[in-house]
Amino acid sequence: MRRWSRSAVVVTAMVATGALLASCGAGGEREEAPAEGSTVGITEDTVTIGGHFPLTGVAAAGYSEIPTGHKAYYDYVNANGGVHGRNIEFVVRDDAYNPTNTSQVTNELVLDDEIFAMVSGLGTPTHGAVVDFLNDEKVPDLFVSSGSLQWGDKPKERPFTFGWQPDYEIEGKILGDYVKKNMPDAKVGLFLQDDDFGRDAEKGVRRFLDDQIVDVQRYTSGNTDVAPQIAALQASGADLVLGFTTPSYTALSQLVALRLRYQPKWFYSNVGSDPALVGSLLAQFSEGAVKGGAQLLDGVMTTEYIPGTDAPEDPWMRLWQKVWDAHGDGEELTNYRVYGMSQAYTFVQALQAAGPNPTREGIVEAVERAGGDFEGPALAPFRFSSDSHMGVSGMQLVELKGGVGEELTPVLVSDIGDAPIDEDDSAASDSPPENGIPDQETVE
Amino acid sequence: MATETSTETSAGQERPAHRRRRGGRLGAFLFATPLRRHLVLAVLAMVAVSVALESTDAFRNGQLAAMAYFGIAAGGLTVLVGLNGQISLGHGAFMAIGAYTAALMLRGENPLPLAVVLVAAAAVALAAGALVGVAAARLHGPYLAGATLALAVAVPGIPLHFSGVLGGEQGLTVRVPAVPDWFADAVFFVTGQDPGRSRYLGYVGWFCLVVTFVLLANLARGRVGRTWRAVRDNEVAAELAGIDLGRARVLAFVVSATCAGLAGGLLALSARIAAPSGFTLSLSLLLLSAIVLGGLGSLPGALVGAALLTFLPQLATTLGQDLGLSDVRAAELAPLAYGLVTMLVVLFAPSGIAGWVRRRRTSPSSSPVPSGRHET
Repeated sequence: MRRWSRSAVVVTAMVATGALLASCGAGGEREEAPAEGSTVGITEDTVTIGGHFPLTGVAAAGYSEIPTGHKAYYDYVNANGGVHGRNIEFVVRDDAYNPTNTSQVTNELVLDDEIFAMVSGLGTPTHGAVVDFLNDEKVPDLFVSSGSLQWGDKPKERPFTFGWQPDYEIEGKILGDYVKKNMPDAKVGLFLQDDDFGRDAEKGVRRFLDDQIVDVQRYTSGNTDVAPQIAALQASGADLVLGFTTPSYTALSQLVALRLRYQPKWFYSNVGSDPALVGSLLAQFSEGAVKGGAQLLDGVMTTEYIPGTDAPEDPWMRLWQKVWDAHGDGEELTNYRVYGMSQAYTFVQALQAAGPNPTREGIVEAVERAGGDFEGPALAPFRFSSDSHMGVSGMQLVELKGGVGEELTPVLVSDIGDAPIDEDDSAASDSPPENGIPDQETVE
Repeated sequence: MATETSTETSAGQERPAHRRRRGGRLGAFLFATPLRRHLVLAVLAMVAVSVALESTDAFRNGQLAAMAYFGIAAGGLTVLVGLNGQISLGHGAFMAIGAYTAALMLRGENPLPLAVVLVAAAAVALAAGALVGVAAARLHGPYLAGATLALAVAVPGIPLHFSGVLGGEQGLTVRVPAVPDWFADAVFFVTGQDPGRSRYLGYVGWFCLVVTFVLLANLARGRVGRTWRAVRDNEVAAELAGIDLGRARVLAFVVSATCAGLAGGLLALSARIAAPSGFTLSLSLLLLSAIVLGGLGSLPGALVGAALLTFLPQLATTLGQDLGLSDVRAAELAPLAYGLVTMLVVLFAPSGIAGWVRRRRTSPSSSPVPSGRHET
């Protein structure tokens, strides 16, 4: 005990001395931060960016492939000289779709890896945990992988955050408008995920179909029993069910409907309608009883806003295939990897627009000023401006047949609120540049 | 010259003996009772914490804050499991209760002071713990495990049901209150740096941890701790000695749940969100595994477990990435590493890491203590 207490006294004395010395060194006036833009994450020859994705856990299926698409495209750009001579380094962190983890890995990305920008952080609850932190730290938060309105509808409150994919409200509006015009007698049932996804979509759908809706059913992510909801829809007599679901719940609702012999016309949001993934989930959930899952979705309506693997001859898909063959990890090219590469393309455009000396503030301004004119794989233009940080403005309705989407409508564009719905296929004809790398002018 | 050196040496010879006596008296005063000993350790710990927080960057500060809330929850749980012999697979639920309480109280323009919020988080969890504890006191072994397991599964469902108030699946985002001026000025005066929010949260977290651990250590050393151990070791003997089994059990459960609630409040601050997906069953199980790894019933062990929970996944992932693994493989390395460490500890240190260290220190072959005694 004595030896111990003596050393304790010594330690205390040392620490106290240390603290005293430290206090002698400080005490002056605080310095103001320089007003110039921040260049954290930028060196002579690299730009470091990062993103959080579910690489493990329940949400990993499909979503964990998105960052591989990003990496393949950045590798391709780097192999061709990079952006303004800088290579793009993409740091990927796993949050297992748990917002607590998202906070920790975002701390790591911003404070330890010192990324220039967060790119493509995935998920509404997960990204919601860090969006204010990123804006407080003035880290550009580009192209969030979620269609929630909150990434883009209040650019004054969150000046550094930008959406990318079409939001759920315009998907609901475009769908509602189509149903109103083409199926005026349909009895409509809604099957919604009980969060922003379902809520925003319902808001859009109700603008047009308020009096045609006979029943609304909701599910919470995590509860895999959706039989009561589907049975209720069946009992309500709905002959057109609009599902705003993730892929797992698309598969679950199809299985339950099969069991109940319920055969309405189905629509699923593009978020949950990837035929390949839903098909494999159907086989998995039914333990092999349901085979040829992709065909099961025949006749199902959905939306598309970027070319996908069902159109291998599309010039963008040819580019993605070329990039993936050269820089992929040897696995198959999936729609999730295409999604990642499409986002990566937009980021490269943004970085080019920010000029040879990019700053965090500079890239935000560049996207606000030039983002509306970015030409890329998306079928409709972005809505980026100083008043809106919403992503792609439109989509087209398709009907699935054998895993391939057949057009039902031309590209329809709209915006949140009571903005009209217009035909606009100006962006759909954009084709990729010869070398597959955008050539965006610097915003002066 | 010669005389000077001789006086110096003679003084030098005399001084240690003199100092030893004084140190001994001071030590005897400071370490006379468990309470004094714990308070001295707490002050030393607080000094060590501020040195650690000031000498690391904002990211490590954030990790230390996370370690603090895991440590508090694990400390509470280790008292329940290690000292009282009850098991809880549902401590994640009490953390959720604390987190949601804090998140609700921090909404609005002018939230209450942070201290009030954290006390409230602990108090609400205390109430919930009392309720559950009364039921838990009647259950044993697998039944108790089952009941608390149900709690861990059910509580994250509450926010989904009351999504209007509790934010549903997306949860409630938490805005960390600004660093108070007096605190910023104090830190700036000493270090010359303005404390960021993560450093501030690090201080708040570790202050709570130290306070909690002092209280827990005192409880464990005193009459209450003895009753808990008696109930754990032999119920019949304890009852014959006049101990009310139910009361002892409920008290242990309440204390433990209160710690988890406080930890939950800190978690909401650190993670800036309270959402159901943050409080899945795996959180409860991780807490339990942390105290087993650290050493059941040992507060330093709880701290070791919390450190493993916080640092191991990140270190394993970084190592995997440095070795050139793909991102997915590197991410999968984290649970693998945690599993391996668990297996190694169970195989080679069944009493946990803290227990292993204690045995090494007290085993005669490696201990320097006896030779030290010979000298004095």
